[in-house]
Amino acid sequence: MRSDIFFVICLVVGGAVFAAALALGNDYYFFAGYVVLQYVVLATAWNILGGYCGYVNFGSAAFFALGAYSTVALHRLHPMPIPVDVVFGGVVSGIVGFGMGYLTLRLRGAFFAIATLALAVVLQTLIVNWDYVGGSRGAYIVRPESIAPFGSYIKYLFLIMMLLAVGAITVARLIERSRLGYGFATIRDDELAAEASGVPTLRLKLIATTISGGLMGMAGAPFPYYIGFLQPTSAFGLEYAVNSIAMPLIGGTTGWVGPLIGAILLGSLQQIATVTISSAVNLLIVGFLLVGFVIAAPNGIIGLVRKYIRHKPVGPVGRRRVEADAPEPAP
Amino acid sequence: MIFSFDLLVNAIVSGILIGAFYAAVTAGITISFGILDIVNIAHPAFIILGSYIAYIINATFGLDPILTAIVAMPAFYVLGAGIYQIYYVSFEKRGQESMRGLAFFFGLLFITEVMLVLYFGVDYRYVEARYIGPTWHFAGLDIPLRILVPCLVSLLMIAVLQLLLTRSFVGRAIMAVAQDQLALKLMGVDPVRIKRIAFGISIATASLAGAFLIIIQPVEPSVGREYIGRVFAICVLGGMGSLPGTLIAAMLIGIFESLTATFYGPSWAPAVSFGFLLLTLAVRPAGLLGR
Repeated sequence: MRSDIFFVICLVVGGAVFAAALALGNDYYFFAGYVVLQYVVLATAWNILGGYCGYVNFGSAAFFALGAYSTVALHRLHPMPIPVDVVFGGVVSGIVGFGMGYLTLRLRGAFFAIATLALAVVLQTLIVNWDYVGGSRGAYIVRPESIAPFGSYIKYLFLIMMLLAVGAITVARLIERSRLGYGFATIRDDELAAEASGVPTLRLKLIATTISGGLMGMAGAPFPYYIGFLQPTSAFGLEYAVNSIAMPLIGGTTGWVGPLIGAILLGSLQQIATVTISSAVNLLIVGFLLVGFVIAAPNGIIGLVRKYIRHKPVGPVGRRRVEADAPEPAP
Repeated sequence: MIFSFDLLVNAIVSGILIGAFYAAVTAGITISFGILDIVNIAHPAFIILGSYIAYIINATFGLDPILTAIVAMPAFYVLGAGIYQIYYVSFEKRGQESMRGLAFFFGLLFITEVMLVLYFGVDYRYVEARYIGPTWHFAGLDIPLRILVPCLVSLLMIAVLQLLLTRSFVGRAIMAVAQDQLALKLMGVDPVRIKRIAFGISIATASLAGAFLIIIQPVEPSVGREYIGRVFAICVLGGMGSLPGTLIAAMLIGIFESLTATFYGPSWAPAVSFGFLLLTLAVRPAGLLGR
């Protein structure tokens, strides 16, 4: 399927979800759906680096918070329409992603993972000490009650996040099927062999960290408008880091479908658990699911489904690049 | 800024004392990450677990936290050996340690933290002991005993570990497993068993380090996160898998953090170790005493 057709189909599906939420006639669904969609973007972004290249990023929360705080900084300067914030947040996070990659990716993969873990702590330190964006006290963003064609503001935010999710998935799928994606896969499978056969590994890895970081920043940019009052502890919450890792790993990391499935399942589960049980317990569920899946089902839900359909064992993830794509529907 | 010599000397001395404690916190990572190549990012979570065990025993029986930690070490050893066994069977054997192994440890870190939050809440906990409170003064120096005691026991622990690694058979086998697993196998030693022992020891150090932590400062479940960047920075700076290197690097970072906290304010201190980590990785990835 061509990517532009795919994009249109995604848009149609997104539009249908939006219409369904409208039909339910309760703003709660928009509030809950926004969070799920935000996780779709985060999980897809994480997977571009983690699933395609095999580099683990523990700092999703940092990139997310960077996007959110770029919006706050821009808002302080002059209130902008949200799409401008999204682009700005994406650029800032992308640059930081590039810088992180440049400093650590020339070494073994584990160093990148450790550096991203530390990045979250340090960025939080910077934000806490930066009074312009509210420091440790936090910052208020007053969102308008309503906006022209949409009615309540949350519908507008929901629509933006929906567009971002559609965009992120299309980008992920595009990468997967391009030269870039095959380059990424060689890095994941055997970086040394790839380097030896002339794949510009450092450049590809830097492209991956930049795209991945940028998308995470974009996911974070509308967040201050959603939450209304942004605090460092809420923007840098560990749940963003753990969810954006857990969702692709639970769904399956080889293609764009995995993070989508993981995010929708886990995201909805958490929304339900937060309402019915408690938010601490739902984080515990995510932790156990993550550990359980990486031990028992290394290829995630996609791997389980494929195993069940084909009745044959799925090999190591890294070795089956091409088949790993979602099956093409007949034209 | 008013520059004061006394302030400078005090900052350096307290940095050295804290540095010895950082070395104890990092020793486990030096063994697991530096020697065994297992990226155990959950180590700080085990340290917090150690703190809470010291806290529970101290609060119910009034036992000394360091003594409690030493008694709890075998339990931590068994826990570590068990975790390594799971890690080996699920990831190392399948060759998936790079991504899923990391996610596994991240999951452990997260589960431990959330469980502690669920059970104890996010209140700060502290222990009571005779040496918590009094401060020694001499020649213009203030040395709080609550930092001096963990510092001395840390130094003792590092020395014992170093002796164990360089003098005993198991220790030498651990060093050998880092260099060449196959050769070790040919010598008739099971590398998996040796790694299991080593990982058990690395987690056992977390028990003691946890007790030090709760003696030095009140602890709540998320305190461990601050230590992730710090321990890995120290381990890398110390040259990955060298205990003397770890001690030197830990004191260096301790001194720089203490200077930063004294002259710029404590809220900037966490950025120091990260700066060190990035600088080391960019300039000299082999660390100070790298092989």
